[in-house]
Amino acid sequence: MRYLTARKRAEGKGAAHTGVEHHWYMTVSAVGLAFLIPTFIFIFGRALGQGHEAVLATFAQPFPAILAGLTIYVAMMHFKKGAQIMIEDYWQGSLRKGLLMLVIGLSYVITATGLFALAKIAL
Amino acid sequence: MPAQKPVERPLSPHIQIYRWQVPMLTSILTRITGNALVVAALLIVWWLLAASTSPEYFATADAVLTSWFGDLVLSLSVLGVWYHYLTGLRHLYFDAGHGLDIPTAEKLGLACLIGSVVLTIITLIIV
Repeated sequence: MRYLTARKRAEGKGAAHTGVEHHWYMTVSAVGLAFLIPTFIFIFGRALGQGHEAVLATFAQPFPAILAGLTIYVAMMHFKKGAQIMIEDYWQGSLRKGLLMLVIGLSYVITATGLFALAKIAL
Repeated sequence: MPAQKPVERPLSPHIQIYRWQVPMLTSILTRITGNALVVAALLIVWWLLAASTSPEYFATADAVLTSWFGDLVLSLSVLGVWYHYLTGLRHLYFDAGHGLDIPTAEKLGLACLIGSVVLTIITLIIV
């Protein structure tokens, strides 16, 4: 006999079996991006079209480099989970699994490439 | 066990004449913009990688991003990101249990649509 009540066993599970973890991550990253995105648009938009030297000088500074790195990381993790929901809504079976792997892989590739480039410019 | 056959389920009878409404339109656009923004992310990260590699590689990537086509994609991405931004804030507001009655929800949707265009114009002027 289990001493856990039915409520206790159901708690934090739901249809996803992971409770509200996904939704909470999207909420936290959304609030983070609400601060990051406007600043990133400004810094990136100013740097774009200024030539190689100016771009290197911009992203060699601590604030633009850290901000760009954070924006790329948080935005791609937000994209990974957001695209996951879209794929789960429209596709099933092996195609769904394949697409999920593709999107997860793509998110990490973009993150790693962005962070590598920023580190190379800044250091 | 017999193989599962795809079931022909009945459709809602008036699916072709379903009237578009602000909340459904803005919800669909949120999904489209959010996922489409990965194109801008790819371009920006490629551009950064090129900048970190060599002046020649940067010249190639920079030429693509500053061409008329790059301008078009990035300008539409600015519109997309501001739209997704505003509907994201609206989502947080909805999650907190506010603005869920139909008149308020429709006003918020219109505010997102108009606000994203205004913010895009401001961005394109300032940046």
